[in-house]
Amino acid sequence: MDAILLQILNGLDKGSAYALIALGLTLIFGTLGVVNFAHGAIFMIGAFCAVTLSRLLSLSFETVDPTKTDFLGNPATIKTPYVEAWFGPEFGSAMIDWAVPLAIIFSIPVMIAVGFIMERGLIKHFYKRPHADQILVTFGLAIVLQEVIKYFYGANPISTPAPEVFKGSFDFGVMFGFDPNAIIYPYWRMVYFLFAAVVIGAVFSFLRFTTFGMVVRAGMADRETVGLLGIDIDRRFTIMFGLAAAVAGMAGVMYAPILSPNYHMGMDFLVLSFVVVVVGGMGSLPGAVAAGFLLGILESFASMNEVKSILPGIDQIVIYVVAIIILLTRPRGLMGKRGVMEE
Amino acid sequence: MLGLNKTDSKFLLIVILLTLFTPFLMQPFAADSGLDQFNGGYPDLMQKVAIFGIFAVGFNILFGLTGYLSFGHAAFLGMGSYAAVWMFKLLTMNVIPAILLSMIVSGLLAVIIGYISLRRSGIYFSILTLAFAQMCYKMAYSVLTPITNGETGLQLSLSDPRILDGATESTSLPVTNIFGLAMNSSYKLEALNRVFTFNVGFYFCAIIASIAFYIAIRLFRSPFGMMLRAVKSNQQRMNYMGLNTKPYTLAAFVISGMYAGLAGGLLAAMDPLAGADRMLWTASGEVVIMTILGGAGTLMGPVLGAGVIKYLENIFSKINESVLHSWFHWLPDGLEEVVVWVFARFTGEGWHLTLGLTFMLVVTFLPGGLVEGIKRLKKLTKRGQKPKDKLDAPDPEHTPPPSKHVV
Amino acid sequence: MGILEVKGVGKRFGGLQALGDVNLSVQVNTVHAIIGPNGAGKSTLLNCLVGKLIPDTGSVTFDGKSVLGRKPHEINQMGISRVFQTPEIFGDLTVMENVLIPCFAKRDGAFRMHAYESIEQEPDIVNKAEQMLIDVNMIEKRHMTGSSLSRGDKRRLEMAMCLAQDPRLLLLDEPTAGMARADTNNTIDLLKQIKEERDITMAIIEHDMHVVFSLADRITVLAQGTPLVEDTPDNIKGHPKVKEAYLGETQEV
Repeated sequence: MDAILLQILNGLDKGSAYALIALGLTLIFGTLGVVNFAHGAIFMIGAFCAVTLSRLLSLSFETVDPTKTDFLGNPATIKTPYVEAWFGPEFGSAMIDWAVPLAIIFSIPVMIAVGFIMERGLIKHFYKRPHADQILVTFGLAIVLQEVIKYFYGANPISTPAPEVFKGSFDFGVMFGFDPNAIIYPYWRMVYFLFAAVVIGAVFSFLRFTTFGMVVRAGMADRETVGLLGIDIDRRFTIMFGLAAAVAGMAGVMYAPILSPNYHMGMDFLVLSFVVVVVGGMGSLPGAVAAGFLLGILESFASMNEVKSILPGIDQIVIYVVAIIILLTRPRGLMGKRGVMEE
Repeated sequence: MLGLNKTDSKFLLIVILLTLFTPFLMQPFAADSGLDQFNGGYPDLMQKVAIFGIFAVGFNILFGLTGYLSFGHAAFLGMGSYAAVWMFKLLTMNVIPAILLSMIVSGLLAVIIGYISLRRSGIYFSILTLAFAQMCYKMAYSVLTPITNGETGLQLSLSDPRILDGATESTSLPVTNIFGLAMNSSYKLEALNRVFTFNVGFYFCAIIASIAFYIAIRLFRSPFGMMLRAVKSNQQRMNYMGLNTKPYTLAAFVISGMYAGLAGGLLAAMDPLAGADRMLWTASGEVVIMTILGGAGTLMGPVLGAGVIKYLENIFSKINESVLHSWFHWLPDGLEEVVVWVFARFTGEGWHLTLGLTFMLVVTFLPGGLVEGIKRLKKLTKRGQKPKDKLDAPDPEHTPPPSKHVV
Repeated sequence: MGILEVKGVGKRFGGLQALGDVNLSVQVNTVHAIIGPNGAGKSTLLNCLVGKLIPDTGSVTFDGKSVLGRKPHEINQMGISRVFQTPEIFGDLTVMENVLIPCFAKRDGAFRMHAYESIEQEPDIVNKAEQMLIDVNMIEKRHMTGSSLSRGDKRRLEMAMCLAQDPRLLLLDEPTAGMARADTNNTIDLLKQIKEERDITMAIIEHDMHVVFSLADRITVLAQGTPLVEDTPDNIKGHPKVKEAYLGETQEV
């Protein structure tokens, strides 16, 4: 029992990332009808927002400390981050420590801007083109974004730690009456899951309870009719693209402590997220979220030693196997709607 | 010629001539001209051009004709390589059995993947093929390690049986050959201040590429090719005309998978080594880019695309900052720095950036690829001479020649 | 016993009874028209005949064999061809290729590679395709691509494609919908000519009464998913029930 719970928990953080990326992909697909292969790159840019902010905050100036010398006998230099000088040492170092959560605030405008530029500058011209063309151009865009990031940040992963408070693990099982030490769970993963739940909840309530969301949902169902009602649906869809980019970006920011950002993480996640979208059902938001968590948890179960001893190597391919089975038995995915992407 | 009409014979001749004279064409700069390093006429690159030409021509049979966009063709390429290396290890270093096995094995894999993936179309098909290829890639690194030798990759070793070749006392690894003629042997010709290399491996690839291209022409012009284009155009009509489209698309998928397997086998024949990274989905993306850049659905497009990309990749990777400085040294100092900096972003390490940007531009503004670009240029130069009626000048790519039986 | 027998067919979409207990018998070598106001279930019925929809109840037999549960291409191979409301042709292919495809297909309908021969090596098929184009008066447009044709020409081309299969039953779904008067008349003439020259049974769904009364041998009037009357055109004209269905007399509702 505790082993099962542990695997579910282990699957949650990856599942959350899949769900968040897939949610953005589905929003874009549902509203704009565009298959966006550059969405993984947006996730990656988000992760690099965290890297950037933590670097910005640690920018330091050097002062000479006459009382100490280094091992060569020269006067020692001390690096003091600007933020510590400006806001006092305690608050300053706290800011550096909390760089990743702070990066969320920093990333939202950046990601919305990235989303707007992508939509207005490129994707807008591809609404009427075949899906194959959309895949191809966004695939090209993904390569370009990846190369740009590689130029600025290098090819190696950059470790970006979580705040000190969230480092380490806690005994999750004890809270639910399991034996001590049966279920040890890292704090940050819990934070990531809660964060994902909040974001997903926010997106759903935004679509459900605001007029804006209502129009967008109507537009997803029937774009032409909504356009005929005299509503400027295109502008709203642009905003939705920005929102989808922000969601993926935030997912990336918060994922930085779990996986040190590297330039190709976007592509790695993209392939899996597409599988998630297809499994959930193209164009279904709840489907995307459910499939994200489902596949994350399945992946975690497949990596159990007991399972691996029966089916060696299953942990590597379980997602693809499940995707293939689901696509063949339920062609529209778990919650897909009729008539979406069917020729 | 060979049952082809005039236009097609012209295409075939162009390709044969291009491949025959590649050692000259890719060696345009004299040895002392300072541009020598941009010559591409060495065996490795020429072989790659021919091999990726085959890969792209095969991919085009599926994507260009039926419109099914596969993002998993690298799986067949990798499978072909593994099959060929195993043949080298077990049977003989002769390349013929190896590439035959490559084609058969990847053909079988294509039957399985195609049979399942083709139950869906559009984006679903792309994702399914992508999922299958990723699965093959991951399996090559995990479960199938005994066959694929995991991350090290499959290599020859002295202890391999090589039944047909018999035991040798040699302490060095044998080389791939065709009936005794080693693939890596070359004949060098020095003329016009250039060194031209005629490599056995390259000419072997070139001959196979020409044959593969010829078969592709026949396919394009055959009723089968017409059916495939009809599938792309309107599946519903096909169904309501009593035609089950699945066998047609599956046949196209398997043929293009075998082309990819052949390319993979040739890669291994040139350099007997197979690694799982050949199955990575970026490798599938590469062939997609080649085909689109050249012009999907056209005969010459993939050939052009593969050649241009492989050649430019080679050149661009060689242009580093010092080369750029030598080019722009005549500029004022500050300006030189700026210009060199800008160019350096797109060359050397930045080749992929250039590739991505070019690809985006082509998809956006020139969906027909280079072939369409050439056509537009021709039209521009012809304009003013004599406006042609659209009816009189049907697009030769898509129109069967007028038949003799017309009343 | 007609060539096409529809018995007790019903189809429900959620709460909507689109078809309820439709009985229909199409006789060999006749033109049978199915008319009815909007929402009467005409298109649903047609979709049930060609395998696009599977009815909830009842049976559909063609030439004594059931068509239910067969895929569209299998039904077509039995000898049923369909002309769509908006012409379905191969837009990227030339007119000639459009007709060549059914000519190649009709041999036995099954998959043939034909991968290593060129089209010109099949003179019989090419001749047949050309003859079809001559029949529908499209031969001089054979090099044009399908998508560049006018709507009337697309309709002719689609007709030629269907006839190239030598079908025993031709289903026409509003063949003159959205056409100009002249094009409509041309289509009527074409259909009349087909009817005279070939042993072919036709079932037409049509709004335009002019078309129906110039072609049909028998007419079934459908309203609210059930057949009201089936009779000859002369008897249908002025039939009270038909008037009621079309003019929307409200006593019954």
